[in-house]
Amino acid sequence: MRGCPKLFCLPVLIPSMHTKILVFAVLLFNFARAGFCESTRCGDSTFIRRVYLDLTGTLPTAQEARTFLADVGPNRRAILVDKLLDSPEFTDFQAMRWSDVLRVKAEFPINLWPAGAAAYYRWIHEAVRTNKPYDKFVRELLLSDGSNFRNGAVNFWRAVPVKDADMLAETAAQTFLGKEQVSQWLTPFFSRVGYKATAEWKEEIIYWTHKPLNNPNVIFPDGTKGTVPDGIDPRAVLADWLVSPKNNEFNQCVVNRVWSWLCGTENSVSRPLSGKLCQELVESKYDLKHLYRFIANSEEYQSTAYPVRRIEAEVLQDALAKIFNVQISYTSEVPEPYTYIPARCRTVMLADASVTSMFLETFGRSSRDTGLDSDRNNDITESQELFLLNSTEVNSWISKYAQRLIGNWKRFEGNKVINEIYLTFLSRYPTDKELDIIKKQFSRSAVPPMQTMQDIIWALLNTKEFLCKH
Amino acid sequence: MQTLDRRQFLSGCFAAAACFAAQADVNERAFAGEAGSTVPRSLTLGKAKSVIQIWMWGGPSALETFDPKPGAGEKYCGPWNKPLQTNVPGIEISQSLPHLAKCADLYSIIRTMTHGTNHHEQASYIMQTGRMPGGGIVYPGVGAVISKVKGYDAGYDRKIPPYVVLTTSQGRFSESGFLGAKYKPFITGSDPSKTPFLVSGYVVEGITKERQEHRRELLETLDGASSVANRHIDAAREEAFKLITGDTAKVFDLSSEPDKVRGDYGRNWFGQSCLTARRLVQYGVPYITLNYRGWDTHKRHFETLTRKQPEWDQGLAMLLKDLADLGLLDTTLIWWGGEFGRTPKVQTESPWFGGRGHFGKCFSVMLAGGGFKGGKVIGESDATGENVKSRPVAPQDMLGSIYAQLGINPDAKLPNEKGIDVPCMPPASDAGILRELII
Repeated sequence: MRGCPKLFCLPVLIPSMHTKILVFAVLLFNFARAGFCESTRCGDSTFIRRVYLDLTGTLPTAQEARTFLADVGPNRRAILVDKLLDSPEFTDFQAMRWSDVLRVKAEFPINLWPAGAAAYYRWIHEAVRTNKPYDKFVRELLLSDGSNFRNGAVNFWRAVPVKDADMLAETAAQTFLGKEQVSQWLTPFFSRVGYKATAEWKEEIIYWTHKPLNNPNVIFPDGTKGTVPDGIDPRAVLADWLVSPKNNEFNQCVVNRVWSWLCGTENSVSRPLSGKLCQELVESKYDLKHLYRFIANSEEYQSTAYPVRRIEAEVLQDALAKIFNVQISYTSEVPEPYTYIPARCRTVMLADASVTSMFLETFGRSSRDTGLDSDRNNDITESQELFLLNSTEVNSWISKYAQRLIGNWKRFEGNKVINEIYLTFLSRYPTDKELDIIKKQFSRSAVPPMQTMQDIIWALLNTKEFLCKH
Repeated sequence: MQTLDRRQFLSGCFAAAACFAAQADVNERAFAGEAGSTVPRSLTLGKAKSVIQIWMWGGPSALETFDPKPGAGEKYCGPWNKPLQTNVPGIEISQSLPHLAKCADLYSIIRTMTHGTNHHEQASYIMQTGRMPGGGIVYPGVGAVISKVKGYDAGYDRKIPPYVVLTTSQGRFSESGFLGAKYKPFITGSDPSKTPFLVSGYVVEGITKERQEHRRELLETLDGASSVANRHIDAAREEAFKLITGDTAKVFDLSSEPDKVRGDYGRNWFGQSCLTARRLVQYGVPYITLNYRGWDTHKRHFETLTRKQPEWDQGLAMLLKDLADLGLLDTTLIWWGGEFGRTPKVQTESPWFGGRGHFGKCFSVMLAGGGFKGGKVIGESDATGENVKSRPVAPQDMLGSIYAQLGINPDAKLPNEKGIDVPCMPPASDAGILRELII
């Protein structure tokens, strides 16, 4: 982060006793290290927008923003974090994150096929909803066997462009250790994964072939040696080594992942903080919600140095749909059997990355081709700007919305409507200067108020403050 | 000016090959040498400036297009057993293509395209990348490669992106592969047969130039009142406004074409898309794809074709003649085809009742212009069209030839920022290019 030396993780207000002691320890540590570097905590309106977008992939409604901004309770931020962590939107959004990592895609190059992708997504969604401990989550994926339709987790073995041990090793190394370089060490453990078809169209059974390894003596990526006894699935031997509190690389990988989801991929977690987060993870028995909570309550996360970046494609689409009250519908044209997508399905809830739209392509949703962060493209392009500044879609959304607002404009005094618009788009009240600018727009005599209203909404929608997380 | 650009590009291409892919380059030359070919594979002909790719989405039947089989009987050719003699002696095409039959001298036919894959998505990938799926690398499609090599990397300075898709995205695979999202196509949306053609971001109704400028002013005032900064948005917005307030969108204004020309192309999605493609070529866009839907005819095959064939027969023939008349056919390469063909034997059983399935073993593709000869047929299928009889053509042979026509050495390293060391197009068979069509 920019500016002053790093403030190592200053959890602000965390309810449990054990964390309070810890906070105190960290505080002491911080003061010792950082001296009197001035804290740059973001304001409440920035915080509510940031934490809604990062945890739930939604914008707060005007009412939610208004309520939070009126709250003067000392614990208001921590209370909000807890509320969001328990919301269904948190589950939907983080399920999307994990689906990116685990490559939930019906078609090329992953080829799970629609029913497999749906089962895989349901499994992931349920794991996030029940806050399945991360160690259990990984063990269940690694040890999964059975039908791709009945046990969603087995699709982990199918979500690869080539189903061989090398590819599986590469994928597992990248998914659970965050690096591919160690994959050669993992290959033997995946050499006994079998696949067979059934009479059911596109069903596939994943199983352990029971064939002993050519060489039962194995070496783990950290150099330790082990054996795979006859009658034991090599994947179980690997899981025992991998999923262990002592395996720092395993812990660090998921800590970095969650950190980057909240604080941006370009903003890597500092080493001491990473150590702290790993400790939190292990001590909480791999409670991922605890990790989210810990980061969201930290001084680093709430700092003004939080990196400005564009809102993700799916989240932006949902935010626009919600504000303008339009229904974005998705269809799955290929391949058969066609996926049923309920009309009310929000974009972040799309299970399958093959189901897409011009908007999602333009704004760089994850292709889920490799599971790497680079599958998602958050760059800002001219075509995105063209769409937002000058498309038929955006203009028609704006017209309908302005129509509704203009009625209120006549009934209430102007400030109320302007406040509402600002709270809706930017989760804050307008400044006096902004109020002035807006009112001046309405005083142009030759222009009908309806047109002015449209132009104001158009402009707010295109502001950097709206398009970015900040 | 154009020549200079091309030379610059070529020297860059050779330099890239020399610097980064010396080893690979040597190996491939050895391969070409072993095949005993008289034509070197490392060709950079460079006649073509633009490509119009007509993607017959779903897979068109060879028997009802460029490889009729009247002798195979009704089980194969169904009710269509009277192919048309074209204006090139010896070449017959389907009875449903009377316009194209009159201008067979302008295009050539490959009757023995083969990859053997019958899945849409895999076959699409193979046809557009020249690679078999797998191996952990997702390759870019031809359009994305051209967008980079002939577009962004070659100093392309037009306002419309170098890779344009009319009018919807395929979404079957990430077209830009490992090259990255920058090289994805610009997708127009809307429908060119409607007036106006509301190209997404370029053409809107009801916002005057004055209002657009007023909006911009207001946006900048509001942005200035906020502390959130992002220079990428500033830069992209600047470029977008140049387009919005400039003349570029006129390229999509088909109403400026004479009524007769619009009518000759056909007043439907396909015809007007062909006309738009021609205008984009004139504007200087190097790669244009028409994603033409509706060829996955598992059921009601002949009924569908009876309805749909006339529109593309008329539109494509007009496009060829129009480009030829304007002197643009020499520099504009047209590639017509889908991911595969369709089963030569009509599926009369339930639930198809007269449809055709997917068929990647032997199917037809049409090429025209851009340096390719017209009036030729490559390869021969057997009596029923189910097998290649002579001269099999792999997708990478055709794509490598297209690259060569564009001045891209298929053997050179595919330029990319990720340091992946692969040739533009791997050799597949024989000399790896369509010798028969190269002038």
